[in-house]
Amino acid sequence: MSEPLADKGLAAVAPSLRLPSAWHLLPWALALLFYFTAGGYLSLGTHVLIMILFALSLDLALGQAGIITLGHAALFGFGAYAAGIFAAHLSNDPLLGLAVATVLTGLFGALVGMLILHTAGVTLMMLTLAISALLAEIANQAHGLTGGDDGLQVGRMAPLFGLFRFDLWGHTAYLYVLAVLFLWSLVAWRIMRSPFGRSLDGIRQNPRRMRAIGTPVWRRLVVAYGLSAAMAGTAGALEAQTTRAVGLGALSVLASGTVLVMLILGGTRRYYGAFLGASVYVVVQNFAAQIDPFRWMFIIGILLMAVVLFLENGLMGLADVVRRALLAVQRRSGG
Amino acid sequence: MITAMADTALSVRGLCKSFGALSVAQAINIDLLRGARVGLIGPNGAGKTTLVNLLTGTLPADASSILLNGNAIGGLTPEARVRRGLARTHQINTLLNETTVRDNVAIAIAERDGIAWRFLRFRRCWRTCLDEAQERLNELGIGHAAERTVAELPYGEQRMLEIAIALALRPSVLLLDEPAAGVPSREAHVIHDALDRLSSDIAVLMIEHDMDLVFRFAREIVVLVQGRVLTRGAPAEIAADPQVRAVYLGRSAA
Amino acid sequence: MLDVTILLDGVAYGMVLFIISVGLTVTMGLMRIVNLAHGAFAMIGGYLATTLLSAGLPFFAAALLAAAVVGIVGAFAELTIYRPLYRKGELAQALMTFGFTFVVIAALTTVFGTGIRPLPVPPVLSGVVDIGFRTYPTYRLFLVAVGLVLAVLLWLLIDRTSYGARLRAAVDNPRMARAVGINVNLLFTVTFAGGCALAAFGCVIGADLLPLEPYYALRYLVLFLVVVGVGGIGNFKGSFVAAIALGIIDTGGKFLLPQAAAYLFYGAVIILLLLRPHGLMPAKSAA
Repeated sequence: MSEPLADKGLAAVAPSLRLPSAWHLLPWALALLFYFTAGGYLSLGTHVLIMILFALSLDLALGQAGIITLGHAALFGFGAYAAGIFAAHLSNDPLLGLAVATVLTGLFGALVGMLILHTAGVTLMMLTLAISALLAEIANQAHGLTGGDDGLQVGRMAPLFGLFRFDLWGHTAYLYVLAVLFLWSLVAWRIMRSPFGRSLDGIRQNPRRMRAIGTPVWRRLVVAYGLSAAMAGTAGALEAQTTRAVGLGALSVLASGTVLVMLILGGTRRYYGAFLGASVYVVVQNFAAQIDPFRWMFIIGILLMAVVLFLENGLMGLADVVRRALLAVQRRSGG
Repeated sequence: MITAMADTALSVRGLCKSFGALSVAQAINIDLLRGARVGLIGPNGAGKTTLVNLLTGTLPADASSILLNGNAIGGLTPEARVRRGLARTHQINTLLNETTVRDNVAIAIAERDGIAWRFLRFRRCWRTCLDEAQERLNELGIGHAAERTVAELPYGEQRMLEIAIALALRPSVLLLDEPAAGVPSREAHVIHDALDRLSSDIAVLMIEHDMDLVFRFAREIVVLVQGRVLTRGAPAEIAADPQVRAVYLGRSAA
Repeated sequence: MLDVTILLDGVAYGMVLFIISVGLTVTMGLMRIVNLAHGAFAMIGGYLATTLLSAGLPFFAAALLAAAVVGIVGAFAELTIYRPLYRKGELAQALMTFGFTFVVIAALTTVFGTGIRPLPVPPVLSGVVDIGFRTYPTYRLFLVAVGLVLAVLLWLLIDRTSYGARLRAAVDNPRMARAVGINVNLLFTVTFAGGCALAAFGCVIGADLLPLEPYYALRYLVLFLVVVGVGGIGNFKGSFVAAIALGIIDTGGKFLLPQAAAYLFYGAVIILLLLRPHGLMPAKSAA
């Protein structure tokens, strides 16, 4: 089957976006398989899916558009608190809460973006840190709304579509999150392959070049950041709705650092990097939770250093290397 | 010199810029008619690239009146000026190194046609951009490299790509910053030929140190020294001008 | 007389921030890399000093020795893990140094445990001194004095010595510096070592104001980066002004509006960064 012209250019730089179609179904098939076989680990699986969405949102901002943010958890937390507060005071319909949280976080992200995306590099990094810290402080102090240090307890969500109860074992929750992830991942896919996504990639590589062809850089970045925020907000809202609790940790620098590790581990701009990185991280962390937190920090630190020094494109990059090696072997033995 | 306003692609009056005590542009006046071929020369540090940066808006001017096709662009951002028809190439390759050659041009075309913000229903538009990009590349003789990434390209072809992208924007004014810089002389003729073939609709201002190229290409030469226009005129006049010789061409000039 | 207390406390706090952060601004300006591990180096010095103190060394000997050792560690780190980073771009640098910070924190807590490590101030400097209208902790005045002395010494070093000249040249234009024969690599290593040593020293003498505990490197990282960012990367004078200003703002906030202190601080930081993305004193050189 001949390669469509449009795909060839992309193939040179983002191999996973060019896999034969059947492979793209694999993660979803695995996710469904997990549903039926998970047993007691279903809620862990739900958490993995939420983290994938979170990491994917970061990939849009950071991997694609090059917006280096050390405070992405601020958006996750914003969505989480928005959904939690909405459920507590207005309505516990999950879809309505999800929509509201998503839109609000997206708007918040766009506003913040308008403010800070004139800057770049270290200044931008610090602005994202400062805003994240500011938001955490607000959450801490607004006891009435957020529960402050104690966190927010979220009541049981109303049945989905009025039909599917959120049961104690998390069946509905899992499929709910999976469906939302699926929808957002389609959007992300479209965005990354579109002219818009390419222009973001261009901005990441060389903003000067993009200005020289007339790209309104700041405007594009604001839109990208707003979309990324909306996505992160959805992830936060899902977390609030499925775990029924929101705490200050959701907004913390540690949380921002964690999602960064997940994405870098999996590989930025590899689309499935977010999937792989988040899955591996959450699963490993869960089973290593017995180890004391500082030894865990040591492992994360070493992982980060190793990935940066040796595995520039994360695990997906490693997969590329393996694939190329296999192809080379195949060619040699076949030809 | 009588200049008909309608035919003046770029009109610059009183362009000034200083950094504290250092003045890099002093009351510069330039006119580019449609189809102009102007060479901008001057010793190192004269402020030639600075002038281009001031014209594109990359560097904000202290004072200026810049008219592009009769419209004032002095207050516009660099991106906005590009969209009004002012394109440039860079002295040092400023390309999307991780992207393919064709995509580099296609993205510029998408931007030009206003479809670069699209993230729904874009397949056909993008296909058109790619096709046109391929044509642009073919015209400049780098069509064969379309699917290679920029990083894989030899330096001369990268310089060509800079020009291809600028041309793809269909500018009315093109500012070339040392298009043949760094290109080995045996490959430079390709760039020279390409410049000869530029459309007569475009007004071109070219900064160059390669005197052969300047004298072959330009119908008018402007000499810039320490931010001031020293003199301007036809190539033959400039070559014979003792002031220019002293300041720039040196005693052993041909 | 609350205002004077705020001022003095703020200046003392600012001095500590300056001593620790000046190394960061110079190395970031010189080597053009994002170094999020600066706090980690400071922290190593602090913990090392506690060991030396319990071994019986006097306070300042411990501080200086710890600084020297951290300097050597820094030089070693520069040669091994920082070198590959120069070409890799800001994100890679941020991540690697972030990871390194995690490693250092984990390693130190494994050895020293998780509580706050006290760095007892030497008896001669504890207590209070009469400054006319009230008494004021001697140690804080000492910090102000040390800060000023170091600032002057560093300024002389950067402005008046050939090392300083080479440093400024390399910050302004590394390519040109190499071209005129300056051994930029050696300059990098030496300066980085010096920056780490200063940070360690600052951590030790500033432990009164910035308590030494496992998350030190992360908790105060924002502060150090803010001093650098607001003062201007590579801008020595800017970092001094920024450190003092931020010290006063932070202290003032805590005294006057304890509830809103954090808002005030981060709000001020955001505004300053937005107004002056290149720092308070936009000057490209280190001076």
